[in-house]
Amino acid sequence: MIEGISIYEILTLTTIIFFIGVYGFLTRKNLISILISVEIILNASVVNFVVINKYLYPDMLQGVFFSIFIIAIAAAETALAISIIINLYRQIGSVEVKDTEVMKY
Amino acid sequence: MERIIFYILALTMIVFAIAAVRSRKMLRSVIYLLFVLVGIAGIFFLIDYNFLAAIQLTVYAGGIIVLMIFSVLLVHHIELKLEVAKPIRQLVTAIACLVGIGVVLSTIYTHEFNVIENNITTTTTDIGSKLLSYETGGFILPFEVISVVLLAAMIGAIVIAKGKKLTNKNED
Repeated sequence: MIEGISIYEILTLTTIIFFIGVYGFLTRKNLISILISVEIILNASVVNFVVINKYLYPDMLQGVFFSIFIIAIAAAETALAISIIINLYRQIGSVEVKDTEVMKY
Repeated sequence: MERIIFYILALTMIVFAIAAVRSRKMLRSVIYLLFVLVGIAGIFFLIDYNFLAAIQLTVYAGGIIVLMIFSVLLVHHIELKLEVAKPIRQLVTAIACLVGIGVVLSTIYTHEFNVIENNITTTTTDIGSKLLSYETGGFILPFEVISVVLLAAMIGAIVIAKGKKLTNKNED
């Protein structure tokens, strides 16, 4: 654990970062920007897992494993999302949310 | 000392996270995200999970950011300014997020965590043997499933990203 830092301060930090991500998710109009916001949200939750593991249950490793799995899922999700975005750009020439209204050409 | 480092990291992370969701230039927004991710790796180093920090740096800062930069360069004109939401909508969203922060923080601060003081260092050996153990509490099944998921995602990404050829074949 971090010397002199209580669990409350770290949870405050992750809460603020999580809601910054939610703000970006709701206000952005571009697919890649929305993806960036989702990454911020996922990272805040990963820090929460790790911190709760370290401060409350230091002899177990469950939080570490779950954060590893979250990171792996996030990597897969980003790769798929970016391939979808590139394909979409090829089909309709835009990555704005409002232009994306048809699922299949 | 660790206190000061934590506060510096926290401040830079919050500032760059706000910059990442507010910036009207796409490439800069991705670079600000990179700073947030590196800050999170710094937090992992501070709480003594070196392996996780290394994963964070390689997968996120190394892989995902490069992927995003490539996609931004492929689909966007660099000079193009992003469209932003209407000011009233931004305001409403900001207020909703502030209310959310207030609710979550009040819940956290009223809850009594029974923190265990410790200085245990987790080695990569511990993580590896627990991840691959068949005994109770081992994580071999999710580990195997995640490898299948990654393979499926890789094949799916390749198939989707070269979609043009598939649609041509359907038309013929």
